[in-house]
Amino acid sequence: MNNKNLLWGILLALAIAAFLSPFASPSPDGLERVAEDKGFLHLAEGKELLRAWMPDYIFPGVASEGLATALAGVVGTVLVFAAMYLLGRVLVRSKDNAGTRQTRCS
Amino acid sequence: MHIPDGFLDPKVWAGAYAVSAGALAAAVARTGKVLEQRQVPTLGVMAAFIFAAQMVNFPVAGGTSGHLLGGALAAVLLGPWSAGLILTTVLVIQMLFFYDGGVTALGANVLNMAVIAPWVAYGVYRAFNPLVKGPVGRNAAIFVAAWLSVVAAALACSLEIALSGTVPLKVVLPAMLGWHAIIGLGEGLLTVVAVAYVARLWGLELPERKLTVGGQPQ
Repeated sequence: MNNKNLLWGILLALAIAAFLSPFASPSPDGLERVAEDKGFLHLAEGKELLRAWMPDYIFPGVASEGLATALAGVVGTVLVFAAMYLLGRVLVRSKDNAGTRQTRCS
Repeated sequence: MHIPDGFLDPKVWAGAYAVSAGALAAAVARTGKVLEQRQVPTLGVMAAFIFAAQMVNFPVAGGTSGHLLGGALAAVLLGPWSAGLILTTVLVIQMLFFYDGGVTALGANVLNMAVIAPWVAYGVYRAFNPLVKGPVGRNAAIFVAAWLSVVAAALACSLEIALSGTVPLKVVLPAMLGWHAIIGLGEGLLTVVAVAYVARLWGLELPERKLTVGGQPQ
């Protein structure tokens, strides 16, 4: 995968997060629906163990819900890319000591 | 299919954490061995794409929605080991920043969506692909693999909930499988389209032969 393709890929991901996520169906997903129908959805209520920055994919402090969702999507997409990239660098770097490929660290 | 906190009891979520940790350790060892630096950005882009796609719920039927899970997409294009790391990264960010999926349930969510879904998809795809010919057959294999990956994840999710004593298996299983059999059709369709798009972008007829990392190294 060359750099141009990677750029297209990340732009596509950002475009989906920014422009499609505000139009996502608000209906419950499969598990949520089953939990509702079978009467165990309440078990999740009041069990929150952490206070997330953007609960329900809503960027805080933005009046427009569509914009708040788009912002949360863009921030999340960047965070996921960064986390995966850094994790990948760490994992692969540990291998490079074996001297199989170009290395920057050994 | 992100399980929130409160649905699973300690023995189940702790057990799921242990199994997922083992699977991830194997994935880390495997990808660390076969992955190359130049492939790392590809993992990042795939993870970012799956995160974004997971936000876009599509309506299925009767006031229920589904979204792409992405386990099959990542497994077909990059192999099941890399797919495991990608989906785990997505799930951890979703939990930490969006509280989508519980803290205690993270192990179970990783097990269902980052381990079971990619491996089922990969296994089914590898088993069916040699039996079918041409792009239509290949797309059929991808579709079935993606559909089964969602159904298998829903099956595992049902077992975890039932083992927790939350609700009997005979109640949760048919409902979960029924909805996810429908949601899985969307997964199949989106995965076929996405794989075809990436294959064209990469200029490869069989991208997995060239690029599968951690699955079938050259």
